[in-house]
Amino acid sequence: MKNIPISALVGLFFTGLYFLAAIFAPLLAPYGMAEVVGDVWEPSSAEFLLGTDNIGRDLLSRIIYGGRTTIFIATVATILSFTTGSVLGIFAAVAGGWVDQVLSRFVDLLMSIPTLIFALVVLSVTPVTVPMLILVMGLLDSTRVFRLARAVAVDIEVMDFVEAARLRGERTAWIIFREILPNALSPLVAEMGLRFIFMVLFVSTLSFLGLGVQPPEADWGGIVKENKDGIVYGIPAALIPAFAIATLAISVNLVADWVLNRTTSLKGGRG
Amino acid sequence: MSEPILKVRNLKIGATVYPPGEKPHDIEIVHGVSFDLERGKVLGLIGESGAGKSTIGLASMAYGRGGVEITGGEVWVNGRDILQSQMHDIRKLRGGEVTYVSQSAAASFNPARTIMEQVIEAAVEQGKFSRRDAEARARILFDKLGLPDPENIGRRYPHQVSGGQLQRCMTALALCPEPDLVVFDEPTTALDVTTQIDVLMAIKEAIRDTGVAALYITHDLAVVAQVSDDIMVLRHGETVEYGSVNQIINEPQEEYTQALVSVRSIDHEEKAPTEEPVLSVRNISARYKGTKFDVLHSVNVDLYPGQTLAVVGESGSGKSTLARVITGLLPPREGEISFAGRTLSADFNTRTREDLRELQMIYQMADVAMNPRQTVATIIGRPLEFYFGLRGAKKRQRIIELLDEIELGEGFMDRYPAELSGGQKQRVCIARALAAKPKVIICDEVTSALDPLVADGILKLLLNLQKIEDVAYLFITHDLATVRAISDNIAVMYKGKVQRYGAKSQVLSPPFDDYTDLLLSSVPEMKIGWLEEVIAHRKMESAGN
Amino acid sequence: MNSILKLVAQRIALSLMLLLMISVLIFAGTMILPGDVAQSILGQSATPEALANLRADLGLNDPPVTRYFQWLFGALQGDLGNALTSGQDITSAISTRLSNTLFLAFWAALIAVPLAIFLGLLAVRYKDRWPDKLISGVTLASISIPEFLIGYVLMYLIAVKLRWFPSVAMINDGMNLWQKLNSIALPVAVLTLVVLAHMMRMTRAAILNVMQSAYIETAELKGLSTFKVIWRHAFPNSIAPIVNVVMLNLAYLVVGVVVIEVVFVYPGMGQYLVDHVSKRDVPVVQACGLIFAAVYIGLNMVADIVSILSNPRLRHPK
Repeated sequence: MKNIPISALVGLFFTGLYFLAAIFAPLLAPYGMAEVVGDVWEPSSAEFLLGTDNIGRDLLSRIIYGGRTTIFIATVATILSFTTGSVLGIFAAVAGGWVDQVLSRFVDLLMSIPTLIFALVVLSVTPVTVPMLILVMGLLDSTRVFRLARAVAVDIEVMDFVEAARLRGERTAWIIFREILPNALSPLVAEMGLRFIFMVLFVSTLSFLGLGVQPPEADWGGIVKENKDGIVYGIPAALIPAFAIATLAISVNLVADWVLNRTTSLKGGRG
Repeated sequence: MSEPILKVRNLKIGATVYPPGEKPHDIEIVHGVSFDLERGKVLGLIGESGAGKSTIGLASMAYGRGGVEITGGEVWVNGRDILQSQMHDIRKLRGGEVTYVSQSAAASFNPARTIMEQVIEAAVEQGKFSRRDAEARARILFDKLGLPDPENIGRRYPHQVSGGQLQRCMTALALCPEPDLVVFDEPTTALDVTTQIDVLMAIKEAIRDTGVAALYITHDLAVVAQVSDDIMVLRHGETVEYGSVNQIINEPQEEYTQALVSVRSIDHEEKAPTEEPVLSVRNISARYKGTKFDVLHSVNVDLYPGQTLAVVGESGSGKSTLARVITGLLPPREGEISFAGRTLSADFNTRTREDLRELQMIYQMADVAMNPRQTVATIIGRPLEFYFGLRGAKKRQRIIELLDEIELGEGFMDRYPAELSGGQKQRVCIARALAAKPKVIICDEVTSALDPLVADGILKLLLNLQKIEDVAYLFITHDLATVRAISDNIAVMYKGKVQRYGAKSQVLSPPFDDYTDLLLSSVPEMKIGWLEEVIAHRKMESAGN
Repeated sequence: MNSILKLVAQRIALSLMLLLMISVLIFAGTMILPGDVAQSILGQSATPEALANLRADLGLNDPPVTRYFQWLFGALQGDLGNALTSGQDITSAISTRLSNTLFLAFWAALIAVPLAIFLGLLAVRYKDRWPDKLISGVTLASISIPEFLIGYVLMYLIAVKLRWFPSVAMINDGMNLWQKLNSIALPVAVLTLVVLAHMMRMTRAAILNVMQSAYIETAELKGLSTFKVIWRHAFPNSIAPIVNVVMLNLAYLVVGVVVIEVVFVYPGMGQYLVDHVSKRDVPVVQACGLIFAAVYIGLNMVADIVSILSNPRLRHPK
């Protein structure tokens, strides 16, 4: 682990920081999440480190709690997207035939409209709750994981060692878990970081549009929305949660980049 | 003696390597090579993969492929050291004085432009000829190289001509600017043997007629013996032996050269058919899913216990399809296969575990035939566990026995495939097949991806194991030398049919049918003047007809 | 040539079929999922009679298949129905907004595409040197930054602090082109930034991929100058991948437009869609979804057709 580049270290540090802040939010936040403690859009002071928001809540506290919501939703949605996508993707590759055709064509169909537009269409009729958001985001995004997992698995599946295992008489489970999965893991894990970033951006965008996390619950995209009107009066409160989103995403990206470089250059890795 | 066209002195070439988990660093891949090449002469550079022969060839154009860099020495072309030249002069040299023919013409032609545009480009660009003269010259070269319709072939696009034709177009491309030196980098390696002989002859005549000097790079000593005046044998970036073609072929001094010359001379006494065949292929016709044409037409062959049946043919002959049918990967459209007295199910999915165990397979590319994430012990141990339920110490004991049989030994147990050489990988694959205690092993081009000496070692091992384990081989190959070395019976395949079939001595002796004759006579022999003999013989025969 | 025509026709047919399937999906997605349109219009306190009347009015009592075909045939004839909330005719509302959106996207594309290709070429030319590294750094940052952050930062700095351009992008028919451009300058700048990095990186990858081909080595060994190698040998083979990159990014721009319109309160399709999603105005959402999908599918189709047309193997069959 000596050879971690500076960029990855910086990424690891900030990613860790954000996650810790999310976990220990109630201990760290100076005020309550929805507690009105001051005037509207107070500038930063010793009392309110980042100032107050559009109805006088402490901005720092809201951002800490907001980060908790954003990171929680993004993490769960990533896990959902990942498990669904990779299990189905590898299954499609190994099963082949009509199973593969049906799954692949269905995914093509889902991917022929932009994810955001599809999410908006679905959210126009479903109740906008956190579980529903996670479900919609996770399932829509799993199409991308499906494609990657299937492509990787198809590449491995045509290799002679898989054929040799089939000719030996091995069961499908052995072929998936012992022959294909160990070889597919590293590109998939690297992709996981990118999916997480996408989820953070996705949930923030939805909340920013007013279709994600609903007030008074805080999340970063929602805080931007609440404070956006301040911008025209020169009050930068909306920029702070937006910067939080960007720094988290960049940090995770730096880590993912490093993981990707490391795993592709591994011996016997698929480079 | 005139000034040599190419004079290389103490050439050193380095490359940057990126080993996993370590910092990238520079290594030397050519360690001080020197030679002279005179006008109108051909120097053959021969060696195994990694010997540095292509790198040296490209260095004569001051070019390094990938992260390769010339680190020392001198390369004199036409009396000036090109390693000291400016880029501007080097551009004049490339494509004007020195030109290049690569192994894969298919990849080296731009798919978006016609053949003629690309053949004359260097000649026009270097100001050697006007466009019109260059085109006229190209047509003459097309004709000389035996291309069909030399007047119009230049208007075609690269994908519209065959591989052998494109390779000749590449030669025309190299000769068009009237260079002083042509670098031929394995120009016939990717071709079928019956195509190779024509391209080889075309290249040889073109060299002779134009009086150009050539560096001829190949791994095949028999080929280089046909076209060269001098030969340099290279190994690990160093000169092993350098001399006239006659000296190298007939009186090799170094042990390594001697081994290269005597390669493919394994002696194997043919065994007579004994009892019932262990594997019988009856009237097999097969086609791929979704196609309308059979790629195998009523194929009948028998394999006897403890013997070897060689299935030989060129690309597209259906030999590999036959292997897929026998293993059950491609159920045939017609016919049946009997194995050890019972009828084999057409699809491997419905075969019994016993059938699967007794019929094993070894692949051409050992790299992809082993899971890169498993150790040698896991790879060899799995069939032991799967078929015989061996575990723990017993399994370990048997793995060690198998590793000894393939001449590797216990030390290899914990290695990963990436840590093995090409020959070692193929040995592990053999051990994996043997672990199942099969009656028959299908060997699909198992030596084609290996260097000649390594391939020889594998063939000897296989013959030896046959004696010990009494296993039968169905040996699929395009290489007749391999066939001679290993087979008891031979089936010659051509366009999906068995063209000729029988005992080795019978198949390889006259009278021949036309195709077998063509095939047999096309295999390069380690003999100076062989190429002319064959061509003269063929001309006589066609005149006689 | 026949095989080319056939492939192109197949590709067009595929797109139409995709679009049809998408229309089913959009329709089904808004129908089958829980939530009753009538209820959501009238609210929880509505009387059962009022609900029943509205359901009958909206045709909600017909079987879904009938409703789907009515909707589809209407849409094909340009009748997208009326908005539930305002009762407005959707087609006329959309047509001005669609042209506004296309106006915005057009100018963004006009700036972003040539700039991205130029910068992509620059990155190839100076591979592994500082311009290349700068470009990959910017890309890394830009795929991590939400569009609205870029929007608000520009708005804060340029519109609020420097007062160069208006912070809100109002346009109407009374404005001349110059006024309109002045008005949309900021959203165009943001959209350009949003797609630029992606497009640059993908252009770079596409060209590098071609530059690594064996025929480029052949050209270099002919002693051609770098310019001739690129112009004669790399460029003809790069057209298809570059067009692909451009189309993919234009499709990406279509999505970016939704957020940017909200940021700058621009009267386009995106804002229209977002407004009506929160009002749960299903017919409007369906109509907008269908149009966005059609644009997206259309752009992908163009990319595929260009790569079919530029493939020498298909253009010059054996």
